[in-house]
Amino acid sequence: MTSFTVIDVGHPTEVEATLTEDRVWINAAGVEKALGWVLRSEGLCRGTVCIPVTRQAGLVNNGNMSLSALAELLRRPLASSPEEGAAYLGPPFDLFDQMIAGLEAPDFELPDLDDRLHSLSEHRGSKVLLAVWASW
Amino acid sequence: MVITAAVDRAEDARQWIEKAKPTHPSLIDEGHHLGELYNMVNVPTVVWIDEAGHIARPNDVAFTTGKGGKYANVSTEQQMTLLRSWVRGDLLDPGDDLIRQRIAPMSADAGLARAQFGLGWWLFQAGRHEVAEHHFRIAGDLAPDDFMIRRGTMPLRGSDPFGPEFVEMVTDWLGRGNSYYLALPVE
Repeated sequence: MTSFTVIDVGHPTEVEATLTEDRVWINAAGVEKALGWVLRSEGLCRGTVCIPVTRQAGLVNNGNMSLSALAELLRRPLASSPEEGAAYLGPPFDLFDQMIAGLEAPDFELPDLDDRLHSLSEHRGSKVLLAVWASW
Repeated sequence: MVITAAVDRAEDARQWIEKAKPTHPSLIDEGHHLGELYNMVNVPTVVWIDEAGHIARPNDVAFTTGKGGKYANVSTEQQMTLLRSWVRGDLLDPGDDLIRQRIAPMSADAGLARAQFGLGWWLFQAGRHEVAEHHFRIAGDLAPDDFMIRRGTMPLRGSDPFGPEFVEMVTDWLGRGNSYYLALPVE
């Protein structure tokens, strides 16, 4: 068992992981802490949503969940570096498809230079021009 | 309501924000989350969002001065006129289908590239610059036309974003028949 950081779209959580060959296994408590998903009889659940899990998914072994199988089940892009003890999970692939279907501008929360957080949704009721720029 | 967001470290964006003295929220998006959510691949990118949180105009290129506008295929003046019409409520709704047509799909590799960037950024913040650069490069290989990744990581990799590496990237991009900035039609 080793300390491992799971980064959920920029939010890092330290969990305990077991590394075998090229696979990262995280215990159930760690998956719930880092990502909010819990394995129940109905499948992998978060809130009221449950995803059925088949044995072929190769998700569970000895109470631990394979990070790559988990990412596949959640349909999220995964960048994993067992050597560095960290992995990043991006937003679900489906999210962008949903955005195109409904044309709802994805909400976000980002800090200003004073570290004060601002969200898009707090400006609902006004027209918003979102302008993204960079020093580069 | 204007909201700006810099896909930059705070230290890189600070001098520009302080010089502009903005009265609107000027946000810092070090982790490129707007790239993840909106499938943005370069700057500047602007999005119009209406009062109900609905996308009125998807990812577009727009400058506020003619200087930047010369790199785009539409005039800054035309874009500003259109923007003012929209703000005043004078603009005809183009309809959801036309808006959707103008949204580029996000490929699996694009998502994976951004995850590699996200991992690299976390490692960079932890001081592990060499291994961070390794993941920035993987990200760039997965999405070679994503300027937000390849050019955006230049300051982190100690490369001048206006220097030879950028020139090579742009030359290759243009050489494949692309425009550097391709703005949406102005009507």
